[in-house]
Amino acid sequence: MTTPLTPPPKKNPQKRTIAPTRPSEARSRAAMGLSAAAAEGRFALQRCAECDTLQYPPRDVCSACLSPQLSWKDISPEGEILAETTIHAVSKLYFRERVPWRIGTVQLDAGPVVICHLHGDCERNSRVTLINRLDRSGQGVLMALPKEGSLNMEDDPQLRAMTSDPKHRRILITDARNTNTPALARSLLDAGAATVFIGEAENWRPNPMRDELNKMANVHIFPLDVTDTSSVQELAAEIGGKTDIMINNASFIRPGGVIARGDTGFARDEIEVNYLGLMRLAQAFGPGMCSRTADGVNSAVAWVNIFSVYALSNDPEFGCFSASNAAARSLSQNMRADFRSSGLRVMNVYTGPTDDDWHQLVPPPKVAPVALARSVVQGLKDGLEETYCGDVAKDLYQRFQNNPNVLERELTQGGDGP
Amino acid sequence: MGRRQSYDGVALVAPFSTPYQRYSTDTAHWWIAGALRGALGVAGLKPNEIDGFCVSSFSLAPDSAVGLTQHLGLCLRWLDHIPMGGASGIVALRRAARAIQSGDANIVACVAGDTNHIDSFRSLLSSFSRSASDASYPYGYGGPNANFALLTDRYMQEYGATREDFGRICVAQRSNALKYPGAIMKKPLTLEQYIDARPVSDPIALFDCVMPCAGSEAFLVMSEEEAVKRDLPYALIGGTIERHNAHAEDPIQLRGGWTLDIDELYEMADCDAEKIDLLQSYDDYPVICMMQIEDLGFCEKGSAAEFVRSHDLTIEGDFPHNTSGGQLSAGQAGAAGGFLGLVEAIRQVSGTAGPTQVKDANHAMVAGFGMINYDRGVCSGAAIIRSGNS
Repeated sequence: MTTPLTPPPKKNPQKRTIAPTRPSEARSRAAMGLSAAAAEGRFALQRCAECDTLQYPPRDVCSACLSPQLSWKDISPEGEILAETTIHAVSKLYFRERVPWRIGTVQLDAGPVVICHLHGDCERNSRVTLINRLDRSGQGVLMALPKEGSLNMEDDPQLRAMTSDPKHRRILITDARNTNTPALARSLLDAGAATVFIGEAENWRPNPMRDELNKMANVHIFPLDVTDTSSVQELAAEIGGKTDIMINNASFIRPGGVIARGDTGFARDEIEVNYLGLMRLAQAFGPGMCSRTADGVNSAVAWVNIFSVYALSNDPEFGCFSASNAAARSLSQNMRADFRSSGLRVMNVYTGPTDDDWHQLVPPPKVAPVALARSVVQGLKDGLEETYCGDVAKDLYQRFQNNPNVLERELTQGGDGP
Repeated sequence: MGRRQSYDGVALVAPFSTPYQRYSTDTAHWWIAGALRGALGVAGLKPNEIDGFCVSSFSLAPDSAVGLTQHLGLCLRWLDHIPMGGASGIVALRRAARAIQSGDANIVACVAGDTNHIDSFRSLLSSFSRSASDASYPYGYGGPNANFALLTDRYMQEYGATREDFGRICVAQRSNALKYPGAIMKKPLTLEQYIDARPVSDPIALFDCVMPCAGSEAFLVMSEEEAVKRDLPYALIGGTIERHNAHAEDPIQLRGGWTLDIDELYEMADCDAEKIDLLQSYDDYPVICMMQIEDLGFCEKGSAAEFVRSHDLTIEGDFPHNTSGGQLSAGQAGAAGGFLGLVEAIRQVSGTAGPTQVKDANHAMVAGFGMINYDRGVCSGAAIIRSGNS
């Protein structure tokens, strides 16, 4: 079993905050395939389309037949440890600050042999299950876990360094009026979050969920209007230094596309909240969070955006809303670049139509608040960068990957007409 | 596959080693020039009398062998640059010998050298190979220490070798190094000190690791006639082999490429392991010495631990091994580490080793091993050389 993490003591303001260091980021283009799979929590290796050979490390051609037809294929993550070592002395600062560090050689049942991180509960020469996770440089790495799992295994220091686990962390949810907020808060507290801060715009207006939120232990509601720069800055000044995970669920949604809308009024609101709101939050909270990514048990660790899956390809029924989400998605890529050197991870959660008033006329399946909350918490525990919530989102993403141009045609084609 | 042609008629002369330094403010160019000058001095040659040049170095960038021709003022008709780390000495010898046999060159200088600035080891590590960047450094950044710790761990499990067995190799080499003036390590090492040393990457501890340093090594290759005419002590090549990326199917490296060619090597040299008077193995870590003792035919696979328990590996012993202290005690001067054993072996069989001279050293086995591309050493080579002046 792993020694459970204990809640961190109150921070001593006179002590220097440990500056973030990083493991090696440099990868070949071929090896980035592993990172792309890790961003989605998939365990995948390169497979040759001509001779089916699986290979590792990644190459530009198949080492069995020289074919350049290689793709990343999800494979069985089971294997057995052949050898291990615990590193005590190392020059790279990131690991030097974290030794002893355990690695091993694992023979995968699927064939290849890999050098990987070893979870502290893996016994010598035992059977293991491999995971592919992003490390603090933002690149994919392989780690072996005990096959049967173990008690408190998520608290293993090497594993925790790769994930965004909410346990003992302080989390800001930006919109108390979103119908998914109570489920999000409850799931995060259940996952061990120390505190959940919730932002509420225009608190003079009634909020039917306020009572429910106020009843939860360790939940604190603060004024926050993401369309108001000074409101965002005021809250960042107050709690920015103790926000470990940001969950931006502020969203403005109305149905309709370009012609149905007739004017730019709602589109402006969508951009104000969904795009500029994200930018205001990132500008106010981002730098402080980036400086605290090595700050112990409750270090800053992740930034979560909740997007419509139609950010990938426009849904004409919600055409203008889709466009604002596409803009926000593009901005999230910029945030990833800006946050990368600190190790602060940006996780985008893509959801299909949610089960709320604005999607009344959309047929099921629709995403329930608890389902969204489950995706957010699991994504944080797995340290993901991209995750898709609900069948509609997963289906759309698969079609997007197969061929984005075909998907666009499928989504935009009209009826046969009269 | 046909047998390779013999290396008859080729002489190895003028072995020269610069004394190693832990850190140096000088450049690789300076160290390489020093060894070249030293070897030419031993042979009584001027720089314009060589027409072939072969260099190995990790710290020459942005220059290559080409830049050195102008830097050192050499006009050549044969030039080679061998980036094979620990195998570079054997490979240089092989290339140069063929150049002499074919008449492409009359006298080839083979030189390896590297400098060692503070922090240069770390920067060398960070750019060593693509596979290492992709699949090795992200895992604890242990570099070769961690890679060889994994091999050592598996070797110990598989064959029952113990840390004491590895320690015997290191302790004997330190004793040899104390007689070799160029060595970095000047203090004796006991088995107890070896066992109690600070852990680096289990089961590897401090004295399993080489000390990176600055230094250079050189020797000249010419025809036997030329060596006789110049009245130089020389060594002859009985046979020599190289092999790259052998046994790729082995899940973890417990043997090297030597196993594929060792029979041919003994056959070419018309001798067997019994006739070998000393072994210069590539000793980046003692587990690799054990692999070579097995793969070069001195004992069965898996019994090197027993072999080192029952043999004395010092200069005076019944199995002299790494007589100048090897990299473990003389130091690892970058690519010169791939030359150290070969240059010492040339001295040994030509009777010029001085304080480290093994009595009646007629046949020497020299092995090279290099370049941890990802999880294992990819290049291997070996040569049997013998006394030319007998």
